[in-house]
Amino acid sequence: MSLREALATQDFTITCEVAPPKGVDMKHVLEEAELLRGRVAGINVTDLQAAAMRVSSLATCAMLKQMGLEPILQMVCRDRNRIALQSDLLSAYALGIRNVLCLTGDHTVLGDHPEAKPVFDLDSVSLLRAAQGLIDGKDLSGNDLEGKPEELFLGAIVTPGADPVEPQIYKLHNKVASGAKFIQTQAVYDVDQFARFMEKVHDIKVPILAGIVLLKSAGMARYMNANVAGVFVPDPLIKEMAAAGAKDKEAKEKGEKANNVVKTSIDITARLIRGLRPYCAGVHLMPLGWGHHVPAVLEAAGV
Amino acid sequence: MIASERKPLEEILGYLDGEKKVFVVACDGCSAGCKVSDPEHIAETVKELGANGKTVTGMARVEMVCNAGLSALMLMQHLAQVNEADSILVFSCGDGIQAVAGAAEKPVHPGTNSIYFGGFQGLWRSEAKCAECGNCMLDYTGGICPYTACSKSLLYGSCGGPKDGKCEVEASVPCGWMRIYDRLAALGKAERLKAMPPLRDFKNMLPVKERRRSSLYALEYVEAEPEASESKAG
Repeated sequence: MSLREALATQDFTITCEVAPPKGVDMKHVLEEAELLRGRVAGINVTDLQAAAMRVSSLATCAMLKQMGLEPILQMVCRDRNRIALQSDLLSAYALGIRNVLCLTGDHTVLGDHPEAKPVFDLDSVSLLRAAQGLIDGKDLSGNDLEGKPEELFLGAIVTPGADPVEPQIYKLHNKVASGAKFIQTQAVYDVDQFARFMEKVHDIKVPILAGIVLLKSAGMARYMNANVAGVFVPDPLIKEMAAAGAKDKEAKEKGEKANNVVKTSIDITARLIRGLRPYCAGVHLMPLGWGHHVPAVLEAAGV
Repeated sequence: MIASERKPLEEILGYLDGEKKVFVVACDGCSAGCKVSDPEHIAETVKELGANGKTVTGMARVEMVCNAGLSALMLMQHLAQVNEADSILVFSCGDGIQAVAGAAEKPVHPGTNSIYFGGFQGLWRSEAKCAECGNCMLDYTGGICPYTACSKSLLYGSCGGPKDGKCEVEASVPCGWMRIYDRLAALGKAERLKAMPPLRDFKNMLPVKERRRSSLYALEYVEAEPEASESKAG
């Protein structure tokens, strides 16, 4: 079943992301994707996330497609101009990829090649417009296409926790008007805040999947609070993670094995999924290296 | 104004390696304003060159080194000192260094790095910067340039990066699109954020004659024929 079909027919849709390697050893990312077979409606592959050079989303998605999985190509505008971006959309389609999440992308200076030239010839909105143009049979210069990528299924993101949130909402409307047919949000940890956001975007008619980043430690939560725009982990959750961390440390000192942090992380994520469920069309999981815990999360959440 | 900073001394000495005598040119314009080529800092630099075994055969100040005519005149007026030197060391912006290099017969070394200011600030310093994009978007953005105010030069709203209204690239820089949003909101025109103006045309950045504007001090360039649309003087 395609992502498009899943979103149209399922009551609650789950997607999950994987990250390609910095190198050509694809084993780990393909294993992580394999673990998700039959459990999620689509697998996002990040595109040079955080401006770190690695294997492309396009190449990885092509491999997932060959494995019979449902990839979601993520495209950022930081590294390629409008010629390359349109080309990649056509190339992805030619390789059987249909789902594309269109993003602006983190700035070059945040990554591991900070001296590189930032492109941003297009941004998320104009990339969506370009993609929709291709679907309709024309490139950005108005040239006709020899074969239209008619089945492209375009997506975009939004940050519900942005403050102020109004500019995000305006931009979300622009993204949908430009062709976005599904939305995956930046990570949310506050169900009430998310509910209020969903109320503000009640006139957005495309499915919105709430994003959740698996918390790996209290430190990670604090780091996100301090450094990641629009993401806020409430104090009670940080305390839960800290308590679990303390328990694990104690056990380690005694020479015992303990898994409290992982168990707590799974539990928190499952609770969030259940709490967010009434307000959205599904959830998008970002395990950041803990992909092997996703099956347990889904089981605990009952999805 | 083109901003500049003096190159590190070691780098300059590297350029002068194998040379003994140098003629120094200092600009009285932008780079003096940047405390690079003002008399005090040039004196310091000349002292450092001397301390490192270099002989300065002479020093000339030019009102605006970028003016090739003025720079050529200066070189003629200091012919003996220039001829005595192995090379010329120029303290001005990159325009000036190129002007002297075009007029001189000696090797010319840059004494400065011209710094990217993120756009042209006008002949007098101002807060705003102009990217000289050739298709002004200020009507869409309440009068704040998205190309220079936004670190990514985005045209359709901010990215997901701003934290507490600051750009993800540099915490001291306010998010350009947050500023635009605040400005439009204050004007009661937040609806403008729904507009999607045309994409930037980078052909406008090509250095063709039609895109040049003559400047007040460009004594060396004469327009071949007057352009009918040229109602605003540069």
